[in-house]
Amino acid sequence: MKRHLNTLFVTTEGSYLAKDGQAVAVRIENETRLRIPLHNLDGIVCFGRVGFSSALAGACADSGVTLSLLTPNGKFLASVVGYSPGNVLLRRQQYRAADEAAATAEIAKNVVLGKIANARSVLLRGARDQKSAEAAERLRAVAKGMAGTLNLIRQSDDVDTVRGYEGESASRYFSAFSELVSVPEFAFTKRSRRPPLDAMNALMSFIYALLMHDARSACEATGLDAAVGFLHRDRPGRPGLALDLMEEFRPFLADRLALSLVNRKQVNGRGFETTESGAVRMDDETRKTVLTAYQTRKQDEIEHPFLGEKVSIGMLVHLQARLLARHLRGDLDQYPPFIWK
Amino acid sequence: MHVLVTYDVATVNSAGKRRLRRVAKICLDFGQRVQNSVFELHVNPAQWAECRKRLIEACEPLEDSLRFYQLGNDYGAKVEHVGAKPSLDTEGPLIV
Repeated sequence: MKRHLNTLFVTTEGSYLAKDGQAVAVRIENETRLRIPLHNLDGIVCFGRVGFSSALAGACADSGVTLSLLTPNGKFLASVVGYSPGNVLLRRQQYRAADEAAATAEIAKNVVLGKIANARSVLLRGARDQKSAEAAERLRAVAKGMAGTLNLIRQSDDVDTVRGYEGESASRYFSAFSELVSVPEFAFTKRSRRPPLDAMNALMSFIYALLMHDARSACEATGLDAAVGFLHRDRPGRPGLALDLMEEFRPFLADRLALSLVNRKQVNGRGFETTESGAVRMDDETRKTVLTAYQTRKQDEIEHPFLGEKVSIGMLVHLQARLLARHLRGDLDQYPPFIWK
Repeated sequence: MHVLVTYDVATVNSAGKRRLRRVAKICLDFGQRVQNSVFELHVNPAQWAECRKRLIEACEPLEDSLRFYQLGNDYGAKVEHVGAKPSLDTEGPLIV
């Protein structure tokens, strides 16, 4: 089975990545800062003004390392992708399923079930840790409402209905989300993106972008087409399937990571600044803290609820991509979403 | 798995110097240099087989020596570093 490998994050403006033998060398002002063999890496993520050689881009594509370019705030710009590995039969199955309303609805349904179940768990976990009984009660009430939605989704068989329930429970979830933030500087009112308008949103958007890079790599590595999704409609340039795969992990991995960074005061309000347009961005140091926390979190081990095996959290998205591939091939009746217990 | 590779290549003539450069290059493809002729490799068994074969082929058995130390997966407790040139943890967060 594929091992969970490391990701190299390059955040220093003006760095240059070169291929050095079978390794990547990071040069800053003509001095090699870091040199690491490509086979130890799963991906390279460049933030902002970072250059790289075409030889490196080729070597990355060849050895299955995803090289992504992001803006300093973590917005995805581009990635270098080689020949899609895996087999054409699987991709054809994926396209067929995406064209078929019933099959699409079935997968979208499971993705949303996973997402909402995990969002509920985040709220309930928050309620247990809550000091004020009133806030805990509010969290439990919202979680209860979401449990009702879960039942409605189980009975629906139309993808648009599923999308409707997804939107409804997402807004419920975010309406209660502010109770989970215990630091006033990061007070959360509502979800805002493109651009994020407060520090909490900026933090979440950034972590979502990291998750997105991983989900995309997982699709590529499994041989699925990252652009053809089920819950997410096709749109040029949008990696629909990667976004689908991400849904189950948003609450469990991204939101909880953002919350613990804030509540444990690993990041503070001074690390964020508001630009003229009202967009909030984080400074270099905060970004490094977040990246370190994200990488460390991915190394934590957890038992996979469906496979019953101990795996690292970073591996989960790859496993989900494989389970989806098994469902598309017809080896599994349904796509089993990752549900955090 | 983690492997420690050390070598001594006889560099009395230009052929030896060439062998030295070649051996170093192979090691660099698979791992990181921790001291002048000491490398730490983090490889899977297939990669190790390839690396080992290439190293052995690059050496002259009568003049050079190669030593491989298998550190296994739990190598953290087996390695201690003191002084300059700290090594890079290829499994830790990599942020530049």
